[in-house]
Amino acid sequence: MISRAERLGGYLLLFVFAAYALIPVLGATTLAVRERSSTASGFDLSGGIHLENFKTAWEVGHFGAAVGNSVIVAGAVVTSGLVLSTLAAFAFGTMQFRGRSFMFALLLMGMLVPIEVTIIPLYYGLRAVALTDTHLGLILPQVAAGLSFGVFWMRAFFLGTPQELLEAARVDGASTWRILRSVLLPLAVPALLTLSVLAFIGTWNEFLIPLVIGSSSDIHTVPLALSFYRREYQTDYTLTAAAAVMIALPVVVVYVALQRHFIQGIVSGALKE
Amino acid sequence: MVYATLVLVPLVAVAVLSLFEWDGLTVGQWVGLDNYGRLIGDRRVINSLLHVAAFWPFYCLLPISIGLLLAVALSRTRVRGRTFFRTVLFLPVVITSVVTAVIWAWIYAPDAGLLNSALRGLGLGGVTRPWLGDFDLALPAVGSIGTWVTFGIPMVLFVSGIQRIPIELYEAVRIDGGGFVAETTAVTIPGLRFEIAVAAVVTSITAFRNFDIVFNTTRGGPGTATNVPALEIFRRAFEIAHVGEAAALGVVLAVLVLGASLTVLRVVERGR
Repeated sequence: MISRAERLGGYLLLFVFAAYALIPVLGATTLAVRERSSTASGFDLSGGIHLENFKTAWEVGHFGAAVGNSVIVAGAVVTSGLVLSTLAAFAFGTMQFRGRSFMFALLLMGMLVPIEVTIIPLYYGLRAVALTDTHLGLILPQVAAGLSFGVFWMRAFFLGTPQELLEAARVDGASTWRILRSVLLPLAVPALLTLSVLAFIGTWNEFLIPLVIGSSSDIHTVPLALSFYRREYQTDYTLTAAAAVMIALPVVVVYVALQRHFIQGIVSGALKE
Repeated sequence: MVYATLVLVPLVAVAVLSLFEWDGLTVGQWVGLDNYGRLIGDRRVINSLLHVAAFWPFYCLLPISIGLLLAVALSRTRVRGRTFFRTVLFLPVVITSVVTAVIWAWIYAPDAGLLNSALRGLGLGGVTRPWLGDFDLALPAVGSIGTWVTFGIPMVLFVSGIQRIPIELYEAVRIDGGGFVAETTAVTIPGLRFEIAVAAVVTSITAFRNFDIVFNTTRGGPGTATNVPALEIFRRAFEIAHVGEAAALGVVLAVLVLGASLTVLRVVERGR
């Protein structure tokens, strides 16, 4: 059926693009552990491996505080996003109420509205209520931005659960609240996990919102800390790379561990629109 | 409620703001559509919108083509290490945008950069240059970063789409003596019509919204060679305090994004 040449061609293609995807990442990782004074280039590690670069970059760039901020913001966005998405999706997926489809359409539209546009009134609005340069100011817009997808995603899950299950529970006298908690939520664990992975990676990586709303340095999240660090130490490629590797690490670890969930979320997220 | 306050209200607010001249501090002044008129006459703005078109092949066309080839390679034969390849090929999508920018700024760097040292190693020392500082090459150089970041998305969409294409269609092509090319044009591409449209929407939106990578590599430079609308909005709203103009450009950008997405999706819906 499929010829040897085609099979080889396929492998060749995969290897070439795997190299294309990996070389920048591996290059930066090599650079991060290179001797700082070295003028070597490419993948040359003749000066030995210098893990202390990570420590130096960490201290010089004050990344400890930034990691703290990122953990607070990402943690809050993921948890409140999960709770709000589940509750709203439960309503959209299992209840009848007036204006349901209109409200859902409105919600879906949110996925198409670029944050690069709404960031302007968002900033001035948050400034008016003194929330700029606070954790809450970073958390709220990201929770809201994530809700469109979150509700869409969890609603699809609730619609997919067999109606008989809900009816059986209701016949047994379970309250709405109890149905959600004891019947649906245990089944929803994989869906919730996917949503958490997406929300975590999205929030950890977010750049524009912290740039505009959290510009004071004690509220910097890690991408922002790296951006400022790079501007200050332009030519110190080694330490900048060390900082970059540390910042990308949590995301890469979560991704590699849960990649099936992540990719599945991206695919169904895109296909719904 | 949270959603309404923080997504819908700003959307309306940006439209309202676009009708005022405002510096972000004092009381704004109603100017009607003047901000829009000013945008049309502004070369920086027109330039940044044209750059979206120049970036588009790098953000949309190339990633979709690469994604299609890789999806076929991953799906049509039993590939050893399929999970490994998929994980690695999708990795650039996941990496923090600022980290991506830092990595590529180093790759493109004048002396220590990976690209220039590779070129020197190949005896092509004459071609080396400060890629991101070159007026003609900065845009394709930044665009190539976009390709690297984006191609994984069409790829995974197509992998999931190919699974739905009946295997008999492929067998029919083979029986008729067709090879890889015939398979791709007669079966894969028509079968993936919907996924291709979705990938086009998603990647085009990425091209329209392009900010992080440009901000963290060239900041729109050299000159305005890589300036993009989102960067221009940021500059006007938060650096030079022409908030009304920024909002007007924002409305234009939002309309372009919504319009492009809805058009593509409507065409696809009709085709089904």
